[in-house]
Amino acid sequence: MFDSLAEKLQATLADVRGRGTLTEDDINAAMREIRLALLEADVNFKVVKSFTNAVKERALGADIIGKLNPGQQVVKIVSDELTDLMGGAAGDLAFSPRPPTIVLVAGLQGSGKTTAVAKLARYLREEHHSSVAVAACDVYRPAAVDQLIKVGAQAGADVYEQGTDRNPVDIAKWAADRARTEGKDVLIVDTSGRLHVDQELMTELANIKKAIGPTDVLLVVDAMTGQDAVNVAEQFAEVVDFDGVVMTKLDGDARGGAALSVKAVTGKPILFASTGEKLDQFERFHPDRMAQRILGMGDVMTLIEKAQGSYDEQQAAELERKLRKQEFSLDDFLDQMRQIRKLGPLQSLLGMIPGMGKEMRGVKIDEKEFDRLQAIILSMTPQERRHPELIKGSRRLRIAKGSGTNVQAVKQLIKQFDQMRKVMRQVSQGRMPDLGALMRQSR
Amino acid sequence: MARDWRELFIVDGAEPLPAATVEEPERRIGRFRRLRDSLRKTRQALQSEIQATLFEDLSDETWERLEEALIYADVGASTTAKVVGQLEQEAAENRLTGGQELSDRLVELLTGIAQTGDDTIDLRAHPTVILVAGVNGTGKTTTLGKLAWHLSRELGRSVVLAAGDTFRAAAVEQLEQWAQRADVAFVKGGPGADSASVAFDAIAAARRDGADVLLIDTAGRLHTQDNLMAELAKVRRVIAKQIPEAPHETLLTVDATTGQNGLRQAKAFSEAIDVSGLVLTKLDGTAKGGIALAIASELGIPVKLIGVGEQLEDLRPFDAAEFARALVT
Repeated sequence: MFDSLAEKLQATLADVRGRGTLTEDDINAAMREIRLALLEADVNFKVVKSFTNAVKERALGADIIGKLNPGQQVVKIVSDELTDLMGGAAGDLAFSPRPPTIVLVAGLQGSGKTTAVAKLARYLREEHHSSVAVAACDVYRPAAVDQLIKVGAQAGADVYEQGTDRNPVDIAKWAADRARTEGKDVLIVDTSGRLHVDQELMTELANIKKAIGPTDVLLVVDAMTGQDAVNVAEQFAEVVDFDGVVMTKLDGDARGGAALSVKAVTGKPILFASTGEKLDQFERFHPDRMAQRILGMGDVMTLIEKAQGSYDEQQAAELERKLRKQEFSLDDFLDQMRQIRKLGPLQSLLGMIPGMGKEMRGVKIDEKEFDRLQAIILSMTPQERRHPELIKGSRRLRIAKGSGTNVQAVKQLIKQFDQMRKVMRQVSQGRMPDLGALMRQSR
Repeated sequence: MARDWRELFIVDGAEPLPAATVEEPERRIGRFRRLRDSLRKTRQALQSEIQATLFEDLSDETWERLEEALIYADVGASTTAKVVGQLEQEAAENRLTGGQELSDRLVELLTGIAQTGDDTIDLRAHPTVILVAGVNGTGKTTTLGKLAWHLSRELGRSVVLAAGDTFRAAAVEQLEQWAQRADVAFVKGGPGADSASVAFDAIAAARRDGADVLLIDTAGRLHTQDNLMAELAKVRRVIAKQIPEAPHETLLTVDATTGQNGLRQAKAFSEAIDVSGLVLTKLDGTAKGGIALAIASELGIPVKLIGVGEQLEDLRPFDAAEFARALVT
């Protein structure tokens, strides 16, 4: 179940290597795997059907070109088609030329609307330097208004609320007027969760829209939604003709096929991704990356971007020089460790590396382990850090005591460091080390 | 025959449940109409598949369409393959002839899968401790509110509700409002309290007041957040330290709209807190809740309760036969 589609396709088409073209049987075998993978990812089965047909058409008779083996070729076709279907570049909100820009947020119960409203408010404040107000129109769920008051304040937005006694349409209208009077750039309107088949509440939503004339209507969709995502999206599209989607709970391990279904069925772009409980865990949605996630191919782009964001070019050049001259010391090791940790929790980083998925499956990274390693290195003298081979009995004991660890841990660290130096020497000599073997060894 | 509350709850022999739970036949029809309505679309989908088989020979296409109908209900590829494979084999051996037999057997198979493990809730301990957990937004707090109302108003139990969700903004207030509606006792922690300490205090309060049932809410969490799952395991340990057999029931709320990720949720929560039953929520939409079948099939965790709306009375005992029948007839 956890094997990535790319791996499966490689295996399915392994014996085709050497033949010139893919036969229909090869393709059919591959399509079965694709179908299962997409269904497992909760892509709507109708969407799966039309998708596999499109892939089949392109794959049939396709010459095997260049360096790609048949498996890779099909993977590429699948990936291209999927990226096409998800839509190319990331979309954005429309902003009104005459503020306030009004954003109406709707969705099913429990999809994460209120949290998304607060996150969007924070995002617009930070990224667009907008003054933001949020309106509390969920008068049905107990304490929903209290929740928005709290998270809205955390997000630095003004919270417009009138308790739960007034009609949501009136509250929305009142809030829109107030945002205008107070000269806000953006007003985000939170609504209560509603079922797409609840006519009364859907009519109410349409009335809210009519009353405030929003610049954008956003539908909030839980990334874990199954086949029903299509029904939900179609109904909301019909009633309020939303402009874009916020996918929530993408920090879980759901493949998020719902994103593909919603896009395929309604044609509406997915604009934002909500990826955690903290208010800043909210970002523009990248359709191409989602395509990779659905296929289980890793999220290389995100990783590269994160690395670029926090890595200093000069430091990199210096490191390269040291590697070449084999001057890499424990100080540099410490530096590296700190650099990597700046990227975020290691667990999530590893998931983004293609091919790492299988090797690292089920491996739990103990972040505290890094604190211990750091403590050990910091307990060494500068001399010892440059020449770890100096560290013998009494030095080892001193370091263990100083770092609050034991002699075993110190020994282990030096051993790992030696292995790492060896690998780095290989890399700098142009040989690719076996990363998987290294991972297993060091555990 | 629909399953009712008396079949779900096991109580002391000495104290039969009040007559209020004995439903008039008409009332029962009303109650289950809503469930049937909510399952209408699946039923229509499956019905058309099955009816089609009435008029043509069984072919590969028939099985493919049945497969699609089950996939569409979020039953998942592997459980679907199991059901369709079994049915196909029996048909091939000529044990099933005609659409009616096929459809009856399908219901039977689905019921068999849904009916797994112990699907009752034992209320004989005093207090009976029920812990509720689940992913964010699956309906934990709402479920607890409704359950408190039912136990208190319809079964005459004295209930304590404990606000163990100390994380989400206004979660305590939300549960407090439910406690007021259901008119039951309410325990919350001081500012900065963690779930485990709230659970600890709640058990003390339930014992002191001689409560029949203690319901403990927890914060919603994704099953992939190891530290939060560890925290949940701790809540369970703290409860067990106070009362060795407790929690007597550990319920996991699963949103009926959830797709295949539901299986991973159930697996992870089970590993952390040994889930004894599911509450399948939001069955009043068009979602089919087929993931519950996959969970029952692959993990052997039974559904005990279903949520079919936002009203206090919209929590029902799960009935496997009813569920399966509502899917296909």
